[in-house]
Amino acid sequence: MTSKFNFKVVAPDGLVLDKDVEFVLVRSEEGDLGILAHHAPLIASLKIGVVSYQENGVRHKIAVGGGFMEVIDNRVTILANTAETAEEIDLQRAKAAKERAEKRLQERKPGTDIQRAEIALRKALSRIKAAE
Amino acid sequence: MAGVRDIRRRIRSVSNMQQITRAMKTIAAAKLRKAQRNVIASRPYTKQIQDVLSRLVKAEIGVEHPLLAKRPVQKVGYIVITSDRGLCGGFNANLIRLTQEIIEEKRDVEVGLVAVGRKGNEYFNKRQYPVLAQFTGLGDNPDYNQASRIAEETIKLYTAGELDEVYLIYSKFITVLMQEPTVVKVLPIEPSAEESSEEYIFEPSPEQMLERLLPSYLKSQIFSALLESKASELGAQMTAMDSATENAKEMIEKLTLAMNRARQAAITTEISEIVGGAAALE
Repeated sequence: MTSKFNFKVVAPDGLVLDKDVEFVLVRSEEGDLGILAHHAPLIASLKIGVVSYQENGVRHKIAVGGGFMEVIDNRVTILANTAETAEEIDLQRAKAAKERAEKRLQERKPGTDIQRAEIALRKALSRIKAAE
Repeated sequence: MAGVRDIRRRIRSVSNMQQITRAMKTIAAAKLRKAQRNVIASRPYTKQIQDVLSRLVKAEIGVEHPLLAKRPVQKVGYIVITSDRGLCGGFNANLIRLTQEIIEEKRDVEVGLVAVGRKGNEYFNKRQYPVLAQFTGLGDNPDYNQASRIAEETIKLYTAGELDEVYLIYSKFITVLMQEPTVVKVLPIEPSAEESSEEYIFEPSPEQMLERLLPSYLKSQIFSALLESKASELGAQMTAMDSATENAKEMIEKLTLAMNRARQAAITTEISEIVGGAAALE
């Protein structure tokens, strides 16, 4: 049996996930990071994207809107700006948000906050990816 | 006697008010439960980010960052979190009084305010306090984005050298009946370094981690202050509306008594008039 470790995802508005898992895959700023049990202490900054984990041989996905990850004492904690499990994601809404953001980026009307639109687009894409 | 009708009309209007205050109390109580849940839900994140930050600072002594650097204080900023609505007793008054006391104490430095909530804004603008930024209309469920905007604006003022020190003034939720206006220093950030012998791997570098972690830390502090303040506001509102309902009840009792007296007096006069009239006929 693969050894397990504690995996927590915390968002500002509450605990999203607290489980014992075998494997966690995150997208850090410097590339993908896979975490197995007994990983060395680590602090990483996460990009907007999909975090996946394996529990009892089954893969699950979470859409994370950027944040941090800390690995210490066989515990993995993700401090996410936003986080939703695949079941929680409203696919319709995410798709609508994607289209809105794309439209804003294409039109580039004066006064549009390009940076914010890009972040919105990336968040929407990560949600769609996690839900599908 | 005309008094009876007048008094009856007053009783009716007081009991209408009582209905309103009672409804507001019930609403506040329901919202308060939700606000309290939010406060509790936000705690793990605040705690975790604090822990990570203190471990990071401990692990990397010598790392410098503008948000950590102390500098001579010429201008102090206060983020004052008040409510958008009134009808919550002394809630806003207490916060504003505390703010004034603190400003008075530090007469020798300049002051800049970041006013959150309509009540605080109205007050400070009217009295020409230097309000550098204002935020209103936060609603009943403050979200993290609102806290982010306040934090970003504050950081902007701080890094531009507009403010050398920033304090957060908000109402801490202790119990439904007790809210405590509180001051905490938020900038420069002074993390408590935790004893930890672990050697961390950083991705990316510790400097870049701080760059990201420090603003998030401030955001989470402001976010939890917003939530606490909302819970306090609703607690204060509930208490205020409860005593208003109670007062209305007392007033109705008094008025009812007065009305009955007036009615009886009227009847007595009438009877004595009839008796007087009958006696005159005999």
